[in-house]
Amino acid sequence: MTDSLLSTQVEWSSEAAASRRRRRHAADRRLQAYGIVAISLAIGLLGLLIVSLVSTGYLAFVQTKVTLDFPISEEWVDPAEPAEGNYRQVIRQALLEQFPEVTSPPQQRKLGEIITNNAQFMVRDAVVANPSVIGGTLRLTVPVSDPFDQLNKGTISRDVPEGQRRVTDEQIAWFDQLDATGAVATPFNWELFFSADSRFPELAGLSGAIVGSFYALLICFVLSFPIGIAAAIYLEEFAPRNRWTDLIEVNINNLAAVPSIVFGLLGLAVFLNFFGLPRSAPLVGGMVLALMTLPTMIIVTRASLKAVPPSIREAALGMGASRHQMIMHHVLPLALPGILTGTIIGLAQALGETAPLLLIGMNAFITSPPGGLLEASTALPTQIFIWADSPERGFVSRTSAAILVLLGFLILMNAIAVFLRQRLERTW
Amino acid sequence: MLGYTLLLIVAFSLVAYWVGKASGRRFAAAGGKVHSLPVYHGAFVAVWVGIPAFVLVLLWVAMQGTVIDSLVIASLPDSMTEGASEGQIQLWLSEIRNVASGRLFSEPPPEIVAAAEHLTSWQRIAGIAMVVVALALMIIALGVARSRLAARFRARNRFEQVLTGLMVFCSLVAILTTVGIIASLLYEAWAFFQLVPITEFLFGLRWEPQIAIRSDQVAGEGAFGAIPVFTGTILIATIAMVVATPIGIFTAIYLVEYASDRVRAVVKPVMEILAGVPTVVFGFFAILVVAPAIRSAGGLVGIGVSPNSAMAAGAVMGIMIIPFISSLSDDALKAVPRSMRDGSLALGATAGETMVRVLLPAALPGIVGGVLLGVSRAIGETMIVVMAAGLIASLTFNPIDSVTTVTVQIVTLLIGDTEFDSPKTLAAFALGLVLFISTLALNVLALRIVRKYREQYE
Repeated sequence: MTDSLLSTQVEWSSEAAASRRRRRHAADRRLQAYGIVAISLAIGLLGLLIVSLVSTGYLAFVQTKVTLDFPISEEWVDPAEPAEGNYRQVIRQALLEQFPEVTSPPQQRKLGEIITNNAQFMVRDAVVANPSVIGGTLRLTVPVSDPFDQLNKGTISRDVPEGQRRVTDEQIAWFDQLDATGAVATPFNWELFFSADSRFPELAGLSGAIVGSFYALLICFVLSFPIGIAAAIYLEEFAPRNRWTDLIEVNINNLAAVPSIVFGLLGLAVFLNFFGLPRSAPLVGGMVLALMTLPTMIIVTRASLKAVPPSIREAALGMGASRHQMIMHHVLPLALPGILTGTIIGLAQALGETAPLLLIGMNAFITSPPGGLLEASTALPTQIFIWADSPERGFVSRTSAAILVLLGFLILMNAIAVFLRQRLERTW
Repeated sequence: MLGYTLLLIVAFSLVAYWVGKASGRRFAAAGGKVHSLPVYHGAFVAVWVGIPAFVLVLLWVAMQGTVIDSLVIASLPDSMTEGASEGQIQLWLSEIRNVASGRLFSEPPPEIVAAAEHLTSWQRIAGIAMVVVALALMIIALGVARSRLAARFRARNRFEQVLTGLMVFCSLVAILTTVGIIASLLYEAWAFFQLVPITEFLFGLRWEPQIAIRSDQVAGEGAFGAIPVFTGTILIATIAMVVATPIGIFTAIYLVEYASDRVRAVVKPVMEILAGVPTVVFGFFAILVVAPAIRSAGGLVGIGVSPNSAMAAGAVMGIMIIPFISSLSDDALKAVPRSMRDGSLALGATAGETMVRVLLPAALPGIVGGVLLGVSRAIGETMIVVMAAGLIASLTFNPIDSVTTVTVQIVTLLIGDTEFDSPKTLAAFALGLVLFISTLALNVLALRIVRKYREQYE
């Protein structure tokens, strides 16, 4: 067979050979094109994701507010008990002073819808903090309610017929009148970071979620970091190679691939139902996240320990150190940068984890940041889930903004990890 | 109280360390041969003071609640406890706890107020007793451990033994977690199969789990046939893999065979970013962009697409899995020995022919393993489907209909009221068990395929 092949002369310059070559090269280019298409698709989808989040989310970083003079007359607010005053009336009066022509009660109610429902409590708190204003006027900046915030930011279009939007033509006219007097401004929305959740989008913020996530991550770190390092040192340096250690290793690898929601079921059945720990607590959330991060932590630490060259170990042992001394004094310090990098990446994964936290109830509606590890709280990803479920228009941009905040934290943590890796990690 | 006790233990351990170290120094100063450094004398005493006390406090806290509860129940007058059901007693207990912590809703009966006072005083006594017992234990331990110190005492070896023991315990935590998962899933699922036969669960065609937990709720009859849930999961996972597999594999092919270093330096970090995006973000992306887009595309050609169609959830899940498949395929392709690639190129094959005829067949087991791991992720993925897929279990394979998945059902069944004697709550654990077993089987299968392939070349 080979003889016959060798004996027939192939005419490389013939038309048939050339067309065969063209076909083969075309197939090659086609494969290359598929690759380019696939990569562009992946990058394009990531780009679309980021663009859609930024384009809806940037609006929530500013908040439309209106500055009004609130007449704190003694008729409504008793100087002896400033907390008990009729602040609804104060708010009404402040708006009526701006619009004396609005007289009928239904119209006045419509007028009142312009500013946030909680304005009365804000005025109350300001008066309680400074009772000297009673009898005079108080100048205060309060957020406008969500529909007008959306109107001001252009999400609610004025061109839509009146029946299809949540603000009437009359209300728009009042709002424009307020705007013309210079009372309306859109400053940076610090409340997004410093106030807790609320039913009203214009007031809802992330502070409760950020504090809750911080506590949960703290617990996760405190538990998984030492346990992970200790387990990795044992498995890598001390454990005899036998059936038990094989079992532990297979086990760790499998745990790393168990769906996160199963850890939520574990937390619900064991921590909440069996041990009776409180629902929604960052402590329980942190414990569940710690169990989830532990396999990652062990795998990363083992890799870092393995990377320390044997010469270091032999030198230490040769100088008469015990194995514990060799590891504690020499190997572990050298492996630490790698371990820290892996830890931060593991914690970043834990920060974005949602499903197990839902099952232990960290998706409750809570209007104040948690004061301790056992108090009910939300976390950043669960807060995103809650807001994404809310029907109000304003929560769409809040959700995107919350996602941008979460991604910001993740980028920060990964940047620290990359920095640590480049600065401290050494290759041998 | 617990926090202060733990602080006390830490402080006392430090004192113990210092005491032990001082003794060690004295041995050294006295001349003669000393076995261990003073540090190890200190550490030996400290671990024997700190660890037993810490374990004691943990056990104490774990037991305290049950003991006090039974004391409180015993303190209730016989007229209340006699013949009362378990649920009634639990109700009283929670009322007593509420009264004790000052949350009064109405005028409680005098027995409850008295019991609440008992509860408060017992809790105080228990707290003080815990501190006293822990302190006593630490003082005794300090005395015993310190009396054992001597110049020839092997303090370092003893301390290192304790350290090794701690490490062994820490590596057992991973085993304990698995045992905990399996035990809790099996236990609750077994309770579920007492209420609903396992054959009905596995082969039933109707899934309507929203039954009443309390008697005053209005809800359906309830049916627990999980086939529609399984088919929904399979449908969404299939859509996800149809999206992710070609994009992931072609990305890997391009990166391995064609890409210049500069392209690789851009594409790899982008893929890492895509892999690091939390799933809740993908879920919001699905409801914000992808589902409306698919709906309006369907509208253009005159097909009515459900607002939470399987297509939208599956496609977004596919995007999530792309980096996973591409990095595993990349690894598998790179692991093919260079000689095979060079041999093919030397025979005159184009880069594409080398890839399709040589590298891909050689790397196929690794790629298949990666795809299987991707399937296991798609089945276990929760947030995207919770946000973008439906809640109603319908038995259909139509990708533009709304279907539900195992993970969605687990979350919806467990958000809100959970009662561990209602089939509604327990059904979630039965689904969890199915999920755990199927993902575990896929993972084991994938790892086995990958390992078998590796043996060929090493």
